[in-house]
Amino acid sequence: MFLVIEQLLNGLQFGLLLFLLAAGLTLVFGIMDFVNLAHGSLYMMGAYFAATFVAWTGSFVLGIVLALGATLLLGIALEFVALRHLYGRDHLDQVLATFGLILFFNDAVRLIWGPAGLALPLPAWLTVPVQIIPGVFYPAYRLMIIAVALIVAALLYVVVMRTRIGMLIRAGASNREMIGALGINIKLLFTLVFGLGAALAGLAGLMQAPILTVQIGMGENILILAFVIIVIGGIGSIRGAFLAAIFVGIIDTMGRAFLPDLLRMVLSSSAASTAAPALSSMLIYLLMAIVLVVRPEGLFPAAKR
Amino acid sequence: MTSALNARNIVAAIAAAGLLLLPLYSALSGNIFILTLFTRIVIFALAAASLNLMMGYGGMMSFGHAAYLGIGGYAVGILAAEGIGSGFIQWPVALIVSALFALVIGALSLRTRGVYFIMITLAFAQMAYYIASGMSRYGGDDGLTIYKRSDFGGLINLSNRVQFYYLCLGCLFGGLYLIWRIVNSRFGMVVRGVRSNEQRMQAIGFHANRYRLVCFVIAGTICGLAGALLANNTDFVSPAVMYWTRSGDLMVMVILGGMGSLFGPVIGAIVYLVLEELLSRFTEYWALIMGPLLLLIVLFARGGIMGLLGRMRRG
Amino acid sequence: MADPLLRVQHLVRRFGGITATDNLSLDVMPGELHAIIGPNGAGKTTLISQLTGQLMPNSGAIHFAGRDVTRQPAYKRSRLGLARSFQITSLLPDFSAIDNVALAAQAHDGHSFRFWGSARKEKHLRDAARSALKRVGLEARAEVPVLELSHGEQRELELAVALATKPQLLLLDEPMAGLGVTESARMVGLLKELRKEVTIVLVEHDMEAVFALADRITVLVYGRVIACDSPDAIRNNEEVKRAYLGDQHVVVGHV
Repeated sequence: MFLVIEQLLNGLQFGLLLFLLAAGLTLVFGIMDFVNLAHGSLYMMGAYFAATFVAWTGSFVLGIVLALGATLLLGIALEFVALRHLYGRDHLDQVLATFGLILFFNDAVRLIWGPAGLALPLPAWLTVPVQIIPGVFYPAYRLMIIAVALIVAALLYVVVMRTRIGMLIRAGASNREMIGALGINIKLLFTLVFGLGAALAGLAGLMQAPILTVQIGMGENILILAFVIIVIGGIGSIRGAFLAAIFVGIIDTMGRAFLPDLLRMVLSSSAASTAAPALSSMLIYLLMAIVLVVRPEGLFPAAKR
Repeated sequence: MTSALNARNIVAAIAAAGLLLLPLYSALSGNIFILTLFTRIVIFALAAASLNLMMGYGGMMSFGHAAYLGIGGYAVGILAAEGIGSGFIQWPVALIVSALFALVIGALSLRTRGVYFIMITLAFAQMAYYIASGMSRYGGDDGLTIYKRSDFGGLINLSNRVQFYYLCLGCLFGGLYLIWRIVNSRFGMVVRGVRSNEQRMQAIGFHANRYRLVCFVIAGTICGLAGALLANNTDFVSPAVMYWTRSGDLMVMVILGGMGSLFGPVIGAIVYLVLEELLSRFTEYWALIMGPLLLLIVLFARGGIMGLLGRMRRG
Repeated sequence: MADPLLRVQHLVRRFGGITATDNLSLDVMPGELHAIIGPNGAGKTTLISQLTGQLMPNSGAIHFAGRDVTRQPAYKRSRLGLARSFQITSLLPDFSAIDNVALAAQAHDGHSFRFWGSARKEKHLRDAARSALKRVGLEARAEVPVLELSHGEQRELELAVALATKPQLLLLDEPMAGLGVTESARMVGLLKELRKEVTIVLVEHDMEAVFALADRITVLVYGRVIACDSPDAIRNNEEVKRAYLGDQHVVVGHV
């Protein structure tokens, strides 16, 4: 029973992390109509920056903050130098160009940090288990991830839905020329949105760094999941991304944890251990296939432009 | 129409001639490596040509095409592992399984459009990757060694490098010819029309998605053949051949060569793989150059190499 | 009294808070040239889209040649003989004029799952395409790529494409849009000939053309039919004048 709660929380935590990643992606796509495959690379850079700055400064919190800032700057620089020229181009062109960036970043990281991954140890105060309900303990760090992600999600909601900037962002999505005619600097707006997306990706990367991995290619693996979430949730819809991410996170985590045992009840032990890992990995894609059959526009699509 | 003697056709003719004469050069110069390199290039050219049919003519931007390389390869590998070494059985199975996969994946993916479609095909290819990784009986992550190449009796010996090269080249030229006929047929005109303006095609009476799906299946099947060739070439098949970055490689070849041009994917495959080979001799970090190069190509060389050559005529 | 070729009953279509088509009923008799007019925003294009299948109504029914086509997709209606030209020119930009028309002919000439023979070499398709081009006066421009045709020629090509599908009913959405005086006159002359062979539903803003061509006129305001009558009756209808023609005496007698 405790195991179930633990896995449920793990799933929630994973899902929220995925949401941060997917939110950035869907924002950039929904508003600038820009497909950014290099989003995964920004996620990776967030993790690498975090591991590096924490080691340099000796302080976990300072290192994290610096890493976030660095990723934000990197994203803005990338947008300014290269990616803004791709707005309005065919999605295929964008896919290809950002694919080139993935190759570049992976090798750049290999050059600077070497092929082996990095480690990001947690400070002592974050490793204590916290008692959430009597008898059930959960690592403090993972709770912090959940808290931070929820706060960020709430902030995103408030900013996009309730502030003037958010209104400009949503308006920019539906009519760019109009916004430009109103005297708003659309270029600056887009740069800021892209920066926000980069920061979200970097945040996701650095937060998972202590518990999962910091290695080359980590961005690609998780980017696919972000795509699946966006498809399930509906492109351009932050709410859809949130709900889909939680859903996917929980299904994926619980699936990996409990599927082998579930299978063992139905199949022979050897068949179960062969089928289980493949099936758990595939679960998400099967889910996506089902959504596609039933509702191709996603479960919570944003309003049509 | 313009005369056939234009820059694009000349380049295509030179490339074709070069490919035909390559084994001769290899024998005379003693350079075996170039033969193995170009065998690989020819196989990828076939895969790229099949993607071009889907993307360039059909307008379907699939980011999961490498899956069929794996499916074709695993068909050969699995059958070989189970003791069925005859190419006459392995290769048709590779084609049929690829066609079936393409049918299912296509039917599901074509319920979406544009960037959704790109993402879905990407995810399905990853699914294939995970299925292959999970097949511990057939090597899982480590891959499956193929101890004996496909056996075609006395007809042809695949272990002979030169014979195998010409088989691959034959498949490439045959595939290109087939694609050429398809593209100009009734079916091809409909598919191209759907790419050009789907609304218009529906209005005159064509069920667009049905034609798209058939095109998708044909492209997947041809790529499955390339997969069977690839498995024989490397004597090995692993999930890595289906990893989504490989699909990206294929896309780059198509776009680099020029989408929607018949010989473009061949030029694209040659340029991309030769560049990759040269750069990796120069530096271990060749992607540092290749990455920005791709970006520059997208920004400035629209229509790829064939597009550039086409403009040369007027410029 | 013959059955209507096209019967629209109580059609409703909403977009969020806006009711674009408001309980609309309308009949088109075979052989007539039926015009639909109305101020901007009256819902004319929404109506056409529902008639041809690009858009599905929220409720109501559409019957064509006796069959219920309310939920049928566009390509099925085309097969039944319902052809359409688009208000915003919608051709195949990557092809030539004759290719565009030949494809339309091909769509109604058996199936297209033929993978080997060259479609451009099918003589009967090319001939059918040429004759459609001849009707609209574009025969000389057959091999020209669509993008190189003038706007007026593109509008005429739209018509040729629709004709090549051998329609029973031709739905024309503002065929005169953007045409100059000479080109408009040519289009009117063309429609006068065509009406003898095919039933036409004409949505237009060009009042001269409408009153010159129409057997009956339906007036649409805010998605509702406010009048459906002969041109003379419409000209004198007070409600129509108020809602649409205003106080200007736009319309004079015509040939």
